Amino acid sequence: MDKQRRKFLKVAGATALAGISAPAVVKLTSSPAIASSGHDAATGHEAPGDAHKAAPHGAEEAPKGVRLGLVVDMRKFYGKPELLDKAIAACNKVHNVPQIDNKKSEIKWVWKAPFENVFPEHSSSHSSKIRKENDFLVMCNHCDEPPCVRVCPTQATYRLPNGIVAMDFHRCIGCRFCMMGCPYGARSFNWENPRPYIKEYNPDFPSRMRGVVEKCNFCGERIALGKEPACLEAVKESGAIVFGDLNDPGSEICEVLDKENTIQRKPSLGTKPSVFYIV
Amino acid sequence: MIEKVFKGNSRYWMWLAFLSAFVAVGAICYIRQYLFGLGLTGMGRDLSWGLYISQFTFLVGVAAGGLMLVLPYYIHNYKVFGRLTILGEFLAISAIIMCLMFIMADIGQPLRGLNMMLHPTPNSMLFWDMVVLLGYLGLNVICAWVILTAERKQVKPPKWVYFFVYLSIPFAVSIHTVTAMLYCGLPGRHFWLSAITAPRFLASAFAAGPALIVIACLVMKRVANFDAGKEAISKLTTIIMYAALINAFFVLLEFFVGYYSNIPGHKHSLEYLFFGLEHHGVVYNNLVPFMWSSVLLCFGGLGLFAYMKIRKVQTDLWVGIGCAMIFTALWLDKGLGFVLGGLVVNPMHEIVEYYPTANEIGITVGIWATGFLLVTLMYKIAVDVEHEVEA
Ligand code: SF4
Ligand code: SF4
Repeated sequence: MDKQRRKFLKVAGATALAGISAPAVVKLTSSPAIASSGHDAATGHEAPGDAHKAAPHGAEEAPKGVRLGLVVDMRKFYGKPELLDKAIAACNKVHNVPQIDNKKSEIKWVWKAPFENVFPEHSSSHSSKIRKENDFLVMCNHCDEPPCVRVCPTQATYRLPNGIVAMDFHRCIGCRFCMMGCPYGARSFNWENPRPYIKEYNPDFPSRMRGVVEKCNFCGERIALGKEPACLEAVKESGAIVFGDLNDPGSEICEVLDKENTIQRKPSLGTKPSVFYIV
Repeated sequence: MIEKVFKGNSRYWMWLAFLSAFVAVGAICYIRQYLFGLGLTGMGRDLSWGLYISQFTFLVGVAAGGLMLVLPYYIHNYKVFGRLTILGEFLAISAIIMCLMFIMADIGQPLRGLNMMLHPTPNSMLFWDMVVLLGYLGLNVICAWVILTAERKQVKPPKWVYFFVYLSIPFAVSIHTVTAMLYCGLPGRHFWLSAITAPRFLASAFAAGPALIVIACLVMKRVANFDAGKEAISKLTTIIMYAALINAFFVLLEFFVGYYSNIPGHKHSLEYLFFGLEHHGVVYNNLVPFMWSSVLLCFGGLGLFAYMKIRKVQTDLWVGIGCAMIFTALWLDKGLGFVLGGLVVNPMHEIVEYYPTANEIGITVGIWATGFLLVTLMYKIAVDVEHEVEA
């Protein structure tokens, strides 16, 4: 544990030295018991064994290691479509998401859509004005039981130990089976070379080639550096998005989940989404 | 034996040239798609599987259909099918090669196709589908080749080959079962999420495969002097009838579940396929004519067969027409309706209709032509060996 913790502190320290604040990491480790597995979340590339090694050292509150999750507090977005756009634009910029203006070929990581499309299972035949008039934020749910991972024939889609459902763009063969498996429409396929459609190229994140699938990655690359997800950061002052470890009872996200009524998308399918909505 | 494909009359060469023209068109269309990407197809973000995968699904059925010849002959010792089993095996080989071509046409990074083997993933049904398809292909190649060689030398086939023949029987069932499992295990795709998908696939396969073989036999009777025998054809039409009826029964069961339970998700696809689906004031119904054609052709073909059986008349022309009707009906049902109907409502509950592009159709036709070409060449070998033995 001590060795693990030192290693973790070194990572956090290094990122701090580099002049990058590390709020997500701080939050993830707010309970000392989870610090070592918090390290998993911090790097995102650690062997799954690490989290297990930490368990015997008294981490009973979080036996399953880290499971990252996100809460969208829609109340903060109501009447402010520009706030939604801000979050979406931030993600698009950071991840080189091509802006293809064509419903057939478009690529979407995080986007907005009407309630009845996002929550068909929760729709009511008489929905409130607020629901009718506002769009809702949509992204990959980083399901705990992800069907996309189950069906992928090459493990190009896989689950990280911290709960992020990640993708290896260089292994994907473009069979699009994962798009069939995902019941949330969270995945996009590159029907043609996406590079000409990238407005402002961000050299810190790889752009994709045609013929592979992509989707929201919960900002795994930013979390590894101790940063917060880009969408959260973009709307930080509103507090509309909360991110953190669902397995850590002391985390901010768990406090919010304890306090508020939240819903998930299509819970009856057994995918166990890690994205929650306050509507 | 291969040399036999190089000898033939002018009709044979004209037929090959005719098919090759389509193969060439398909190849050009494929090069275009390879250079640009799958954006040249009608598929899109909301409807990301299309004609290629649906042809693949249908052709797995055609490949499995050969079982209806192998099983009676080898298990029940039904001698009448003796001359036909080789045709079933060759059809299976061609159909599986077509399947693999459709998969290659469909994937976005064809050069990475080997990743499926380099990173075997037992939880993915696509992985298992590849395993059973390649297995079935191998088994059929072994069986067909060894048995045909033995026939040519007029000796009994070696005993060990029967092991592979018997093994190919469960494999034939498995290829279509696993193909059904690609669809029927996906959460949120209501039309596919049905335990009856696999039996339905098998039923339609056991009608479509033999129907194609009957047509091939009737053609070869005229052009290649190969007579399968009246009894064999008659027995095959009986098999086709039962299988097509069972398939129709399964489709009706889907209707019952959807409409009696009245659960919208279970009704949407059927509504779209057969009556048109209304959504926000727009009616989506581009497949309705195809599906009703399928119904009419299926029952028309069945009626025709029933008439011939009752009246005890059987003319080659009408048998051929009946088989063509049923084959087309099943192609519309499974090679079009099943995949596209299941995708019409996307996970965000929007309705998206699919229209294949000319380029996509070009590739599809090209692969079908390649399949017919392969079947022709292989049947040429089989028939010539037959003639050699007779002579
Ligand atoms: S939302 Fe879809 S893509 Fe994301 S993890 Fe769940 S199934 Fe996979
Ligand atoms: S498209 Fe890529 S990520 Fe999706 S299932 Fe196929 S190989 Fe896996």
